[in-house]
Formats: sequence, structure tokens, C-alpha cells
Amino acid sequence: MAGQDAAAFPPAARPGWVGRLRRSESATGWMLVSPGAILIGIFGLLPVLMALKLSFQKSDLLTPETPWVGTRNYRQLADDPRFAEAIQHTIVYTALFVPGTMLVGLLVAAALNRSVRFISVYRTAAYITMAVSTISEGIIFLWLTDKDYGLVNATLNVVGISSQPFLASTSQALYVIVAMTIWGWTGFAVIVYLAALQGVPVELHEAAAIDGARPFTRFRTITLPLLSPASLFLMVWLTINALQLFDEVYLTTRGGPLHATTVIVYYLWDQAFVQFNAGYAAAMAYALFVVIVIFTALQFWLSRKFVHYS
Amino acid sequence: MSTATSSVEPGSATRGWRLPFSPWHLVLVPLTFVLVVPMLWMVATSLQTQGEANRFPPVLLPHDPRIANYADAWHTAPFGTFFLNSTLVALVVVASNLVVCSLTGYAFARVRFLGRKALFMALMATLMVPFQVTMIPVFLIVKWFGDNVSPYLGINHLGALMLPNLATAFGIFFLRQFFQTVPVELEEAARVDGSSRLGVLFKIVLPLSMPAMSTLAALTILTSWNDFLWPLIVITSTDQMTVPLGLSYFQGAHQTNWPLLMAGNVMSLVPMLVVFLLAQRYFVQSVAGTGLKG
Repeated sequence: MAGQDAAAFPPAARPGWVGRLRRSESATGWMLVSPGAILIGIFGLLPVLMALKLSFQKSDLLTPETPWVGTRNYRQLADDPRFAEAIQHTIVYTALFVPGTMLVGLLVAAALNRSVRFISVYRTAAYITMAVSTISEGIIFLWLTDKDYGLVNATLNVVGISSQPFLASTSQALYVIVAMTIWGWTGFAVIVYLAALQGVPVELHEAAAIDGARPFTRFRTITLPLLSPASLFLMVWLTINALQLFDEVYLTTRGGPLHATTVIVYYLWDQAFVQFNAGYAAAMAYALFVVIVIFTALQFWLSRKFVHYS
Repeated sequence: MSTATSSVEPGSATRGWRLPFSPWHLVLVPLTFVLVVPMLWMVATSLQTQGEANRFPPVLLPHDPRIANYADAWHTAPFGTFFLNSTLVALVVVASNLVVCSLTGYAFARVRFLGRKALFMALMATLMVPFQVTMIPVFLIVKWFGDNVSPYLGINHLGALMLPNLATAFGIFFLRQFFQTVPVELEEAARVDGSSRLGVLFKIVLPLSMPAMSTLAALTILTSWNDFLWPLIVITSTDQMTVPLGLSYFQGAHQTNWPLLMAGNVMSLVPMLVVFLLAQRYFVQSVAGTGLKG
């Protein structure tokens, strides 16, 4: 491989030089690559192996003794009711958050996809949630949904609905977190969909309009299929992020009330850095990893049927 | 929302309209308002007295805007330290990523060295691994650096926030993709004139790659500044906290003083809003670009 590659580089004119050139090219290559490769090796690759080892050990992160426990951590995972609960909350959250964000993003992007005055101001206002940190977002929504003084309850009262406990309620807290994270991701989803919408050729719509297709039919039969690569990207990206939800849960509910918002990563963090069961947490992290890989593969597999690349 | 749905087809609806203002403003104004209401409400609350904030139904606009909340928040928690810490971490991480990722990315894009493909695959594989898998070992590695190399790199020091983020596989991939689009003829000409590989990178390739470098810088600043889980794990003392961690700590300490909290929240948001507005083009390009490739 290296010989053929080296020959592809122009200065290698005479055959006798090829060997020397190849060596010097390799030396240069490795010199340039090594800072990045070493850093990612230490903080990206090595930890993957260490985590695997840790998942078969008992560790409290502090004492140097980390006895082997075989597959105990994984077996414990299978019978832990709180882990099962965390999986359930994560699935409910993901199932609502991903389509919710895509729908809001699509609607807002569609409304913003036109040339009217001040459109760049409207667009900036829609994008801006991307710059808001998850912690700021959590504090804002904690206040908006406050059960006594919140703006949301005030609005509900105006239309005749009584005040709701929201984050203080075991049955509502998870949905409030869904709503706040949809808001937080709207800017991102709008950017993706708006870029895709701008790639939809106007001529197709005009031709269909002449043939008598109504706006909604044109949207469904022309725009949506052309948006499918963007939709696939958003679905995969949002799912990966949804399965890793942590910040908003930590800030607003600490997993409560009564574990109602304990999602996988919150439980994992709690086990590793509060209860100091690092081996058990590592096993959990590996389980999460496998789930993410399966989900992603599944989504790409499904996409073969539905995604249309022009 | 429903009006927006029924008319989503691009462009055609507004064609031919030449009125003083397009009817679309009647959709866009309320829509945008709903999106920014949470932030407007944050600003409004930050100017209220505590008495006003604890009234129901809420006071929509404070009678006498209380700017002093900002000074109070600034003195109640060491926000100055939080900003300084976040800025230091972001600067080091951005500078290091630009240098390291461009060297590595360039080698992967142009230099044919032994083991290139295998190394590239190995580094890119880390992109698939969620942070939760690596965070416990990275904690142990950082702790080792603190015990054996320098305490400033260890747990509860800013170094712990910089060290694992000095280079990212994403940055390497992103720059490699861009470097591959730089015309190779330009580089060959410089090589014939006797420039070294590094000379070509700095004199020819990097000046042509400013849009990509700016995009990577913008994304890295945002990620570094808003990161929460990792600082939460490694930092416990207030004087080493970054803005999100400090804000969360501040929130825990003053849960019911909403005007004070919101003033702190507004202050914490300003730097990233400014960065976002200045670099909006780069953020939009980066997100839109990844999305279109599918």
C-alpha cells in the first residue's frame, strides 16, 4: 500500500528514490500525526479498554485495590429494578424528544424559508437557542414552570386550566424535561432543515402546481422526500444525544421526584461518582454503548428504504 | 403553528406580492415570539424585586427595573472567577485544537505514510464511543497526571478540564475533509520551490482554510464553554469552577431568589450569545454541512 501511495506523489520520479522517499514521507507523516494521535490515544482509545476492564472489577475510584468480580456487574445490571426504570424513562424521553424536535424544527424552518424583510432577524432568533447552555436552559424552565409563580401556570389559568405541579410531579416531570430540551435543540434542527429546504428546486413545485397539485400534496410528495437525508441525520444525531441526557435532569430534578426522571446517564453518574460503584457504572456504560450502536445501525438500515438522495 | 403547516412550500406563496409588508410577518412575529419568550422572561425577571417575582399572576414588566440585581449576583457568587476560568479553558482548548488538529488532519489528507489508514480508522472509531463510556477511566487518567506529572493537571484544577480536550477526533476529521479540497497543484508548486511539508501547510494550506478553521474554532468554543458533566465530575472547589458549573452551584444556593438567579443566568449567557452572533455564519455552515451529507 505504502509503495503505491508514495508513487502517487509527483517528486518520486526515479525508481531508486522511491524507497528513500517512502521512508521520509513516513517519518514526516508520523511527526505531524503524533501529537493528535497520542492525545486521542490517551484520552479516547485507552479509556475504552480501561472501561471494559473496569466493568469486570469492583472499584470505588479511590482505593487502589480493584478486585476482579467476573461478570457480576453485568448480572447485577440485569436484576436492578432502578436500572430497568432508568431504561424505561430514557426510552419514553427519546421517543418523545426526537420526533418532537424534528417536527418543531421542520415547521419553524418551513416558516422561515422565504425572502421577506427582516428574515435574517427572524432566523437569528430561531437559531439562538443553540448558544444557550443546558444549565441556563434548565434554570429558565425551572422558573417558567414553577408551580406557584410560573408563567406557564399563569397562562394556563387565563384559559381556565388550574395550576399544575410540573417538575414537582412524578407523572409530569419527565414531559417538562422533554419540552425544555426540545426548545433547547430547536435552533439546531431549524438550521439543518432550513439548509435542506433551500436545496429543494423551485421548478419542481412550479411544475406540480401547474399540474394542479395542492400545497399540502406538493409538500408531502416533493419536499418531504427531498428532506429525507436531513431527517435521517437529525434522527440519528438527536437519538444519540437523547440517550445521553443528563444536564437538565441534574439541574431541575436530580432524577426525582421519586426517581421519576432518573434516566440511564443520571443513574450511571450517580453510581460512579456519588455511590462510588465505578465497576458497576462501567458495565452500565458499556450496556449504553451497545444500545447506541444498535439504535444507530437500525436507523441507517431503516433509512435505506426511506431516504432519498438526489 | 397550524398556519405555518398549511403553507410550507418554499418560495411560491410570496411571489408576486409587492405590499408594504408581507402577510408572512403575521406568522413569523408570533412564531419567533414564542421561541424567544423563555429568554425574554429571564431578562424581565432579572430586573424585578424579589417581591415582584413572588406574585401570582406574575408581574409582566417590572415597575422600576432593578439593575442592582446584577451587581448583587456578581458579589454573591464569584462570577468573575467563573468567567476567567471558562475563558482560560476555552482559549487553551481552541488554540490546541486548531494547531494539533490541523497538523494531524493535514498529514491524513496529504502525506502518504506507513499505517495511515489503520491509524485514521482507529482515531475515528473514538467518535462512536459515547462520553459516558470513557469518563470514568479519563477521571482515573487525569488523577494519575495530577499525582505523577503536575498537580495543575489533576483533579480539581483547570488543567483537568483542558487536558482531555486538547485534540478531538471530530476536529481532525473536519479539517482533513477541508484540506482535501485545497488544490494539490498549489502545494506541488511550493514543494518544487523547496518548501517543507510544514512550510506548505502554514504558507499555502492554512491561509486557504480560514473558513474551516473559523468554523472549528466557533464550535470548539461553544462546546468547551457549555460543557457541564465533565467539570461536574472533576471540579469541587468554587475557585476552579467554570460558568455552567458555577451557575448550577449558585442555583443550588439561592433556589428561591429568582431575580438574583436570572441576573446571574443572563450574565452567564452574554459571552456565548455574542460569540454566536459574531460567528453565526460559521455555526450555520457547520451544522447545515453535516446535515446535508446525511
